[in-house]
Amino acid sequence: MAESPKIKMDEKMKEIMTGYYIEAKTASETGKKVAWITSGGPVEPLIAMDVIPVYPENHGAMIGASKMGGDLCERAEAMGYSGDLCSYARSDIASAVIEGGPIGGLPKPDMLVACNNICGTVMKWYEVLARFYNVPLFIFDTPMCHTEYREESKRYVKRQVLEYIAFLETVCKKKFDYDVMAEVGRRSIQAQQLWQAVLDTAMARPSPMTAFDGFYHLALIVTLRGTQIAVEYYKDLLKEMEERVSRGTGAVPNEKYRLMWDNLPIWYRLKWLSRKFAAHNACLVADTYNTAWCRSLRYIHSEDFLDSMAEGYTRMYLNIGIDQMADTIIEMVQKYKADGLVMHSNRSCKPYSFGQFDIARMVRERAGIPCLMIESHMVDERSFSESQTETRIDAFMEMISSTPH
Amino acid sequence: MHTAGIDIGSITAKAVIMAEGRVIGTKIIFTGYNAGNAGRRVYDELLRELGLDASQISCTISTGYGRNSIDFANKAITEIICHGTGAHFINPDVRSIIDVGGQDSKALIVDEKGQVKDFVMNDKCAAGTGRFLEVMARALEVDLYDFGQLSLDSRKPSKISSICTVFAESEVISLISKGEKREDIIAGIHESVAARVSALASRIGVRSPLMMTGGVAKNAGVAAALEKKLGIPVEIFPAAQVAGAIGAAVIARRFGSDR
Ligand code: SF4
Repeated sequence: MAESPKIKMDEKMKEIMTGYYIEAKTASETGKKVAWITSGGPVEPLIAMDVIPVYPENHGAMIGASKMGGDLCERAEAMGYSGDLCSYARSDIASAVIEGGPIGGLPKPDMLVACNNICGTVMKWYEVLARFYNVPLFIFDTPMCHTEYREESKRYVKRQVLEYIAFLETVCKKKFDYDVMAEVGRRSIQAQQLWQAVLDTAMARPSPMTAFDGFYHLALIVTLRGTQIAVEYYKDLLKEMEERVSRGTGAVPNEKYRLMWDNLPIWYRLKWLSRKFAAHNACLVADTYNTAWCRSLRYIHSEDFLDSMAEGYTRMYLNIGIDQMADTIIEMVQKYKADGLVMHSNRSCKPYSFGQFDIARMVRERAGIPCLMIESHMVDERSFSESQTETRIDAFMEMISSTPH
Repeated sequence: MHTAGIDIGSITAKAVIMAEGRVIGTKIIFTGYNAGNAGRRVYDELLRELGLDASQISCTISTGYGRNSIDFANKAITEIICHGTGAHFINPDVRSIIDVGGQDSKALIVDEKGQVKDFVMNDKCAAGTGRFLEVMARALEVDLYDFGQLSLDSRKPSKISSICTVFAESEVISLISKGEKREDIIAGIHESVAARVSALASRIGVRSPLMMTGGVAKNAGVAAALEKKLGIPVEIFPAAQVAGAIGAAVIARRFGSDR
């Protein structure tokens, strides 16, 4: 089987992420403050205050990718945490206590910011962290947006933006600079637009990238949105992808089938899965996870970033109703011309996995494509069954390839 | 033209040989610990019984969890597609199939050509599979073969509430010590398997005509419980256990003529 071509920007990503973690780990020496924040949390005000944001979930992904999740989860279970708890939470809590994991634990936080627009787990998880590190915690509460962003939600969330700023002023002991904020907001929007453009290159046939590539290059839009580094990075990545498209270079050498992925990646099996699909000449051209960090572009504007950000963060993919999730997926199936949907039923992430069978039914009926379900925990490799997953993927591809295209 | 289908399951290995579109022989042996050997053995034994030579077989397809360890097969195809094809071959009217094997259970929907349109499989758990029944038969000291028949005499099936095989086993043991009738306990066990399997099958909306395939289809008690649970008739054919191997041999016929 021909190997997929390497993305040149892979190296650059490694370099930036290494620099980022070194800066965060040495923050106490440079006098900078560190905030731990949830992946869907409003990070831009932190950047505007020159605070280094650190993401336990990104850390969780690293733990998973380095196959240390099973061991750390086991340790968390020994501390009394349930095996049903999200494996990001389990592995991150364990690594905080034993200072273990791929980078020997995250740098100690000066403050914590938890936004519940992704799940309720993060609130309890961050409360645990707040007690453990004895640092202040800000909870940014975003009401579920089943269908619309109501007037009362709007007022409620906007107020919290002000409280959040007041919290930052107290912890950082300095005034919030609204001009800097406007600039950070502009850069955040620009980076999100570039990220969306990168993902959109997958509309080409063959697609220059797979969702698996996206899972890797996603790191900066999660951790450094609002900085110039992210903007420059995605400009270059976009250029590389556009060059591939114009040369007709596909990420999967003989792309024949195009699939869509739903839910978090299975971090410890990325390579295995990507090879498995490539062996069937299938390219994962779109997914709901990578797009979660640019989906809110439709709600946010640089003229009134703070206000519109309130709406954007409230209407995150995991904070909307199942009908809207299905609409989003069907739109993407049509946009990227997918022949099938692969759903990862992720025992870790309840808000992502609950409702998948209903969504699958709607996708089948309305988009007319088959759906596959595979089960695991995204970081805890003890819950993965290779032969079962393999049989399901093989059967799914046999099914798709026997349907006329 | 002769073709062969080999289905290596977790408990049994099955071989089927077809000639001119008809099944001319089937064979079932225990898989044991070496899937590759079992495949070779069941195939050789069947050839011998039929007085055939391997050179007369124009194409062989392997399937089942051990499908990739059969080095003499021309191609490996998953058991999902093979059960669909096999059931369609046995009865072309069938639109839904429930296959309960040794270590997994699955449900599929096929179209009028026997092509699989949708499927679901159980998660990583022995509940609702043949392995579950095997463990329970051992706890009750009943031969697995008699298990199905015995339960048909039950008037008041016991309630087995644990899904977990290990917990269910201890539940069964305590029912025995409470003096519950053996046929009632067995009927309860069958209902528990049927409940798991029907919940799975309902996810993809199985409908009539529905056929049950796989080794567990031989158990009349499970089939009856499943019928009750789903509220639709469950068809069972004598060849149910080798449906996957039949499907493989049918695919081998198409594959062989395409080459
Ligand atoms: S439960 Fe889901 S959304 Fe919440 S932290 Fe875990 S993976 Fe993220």
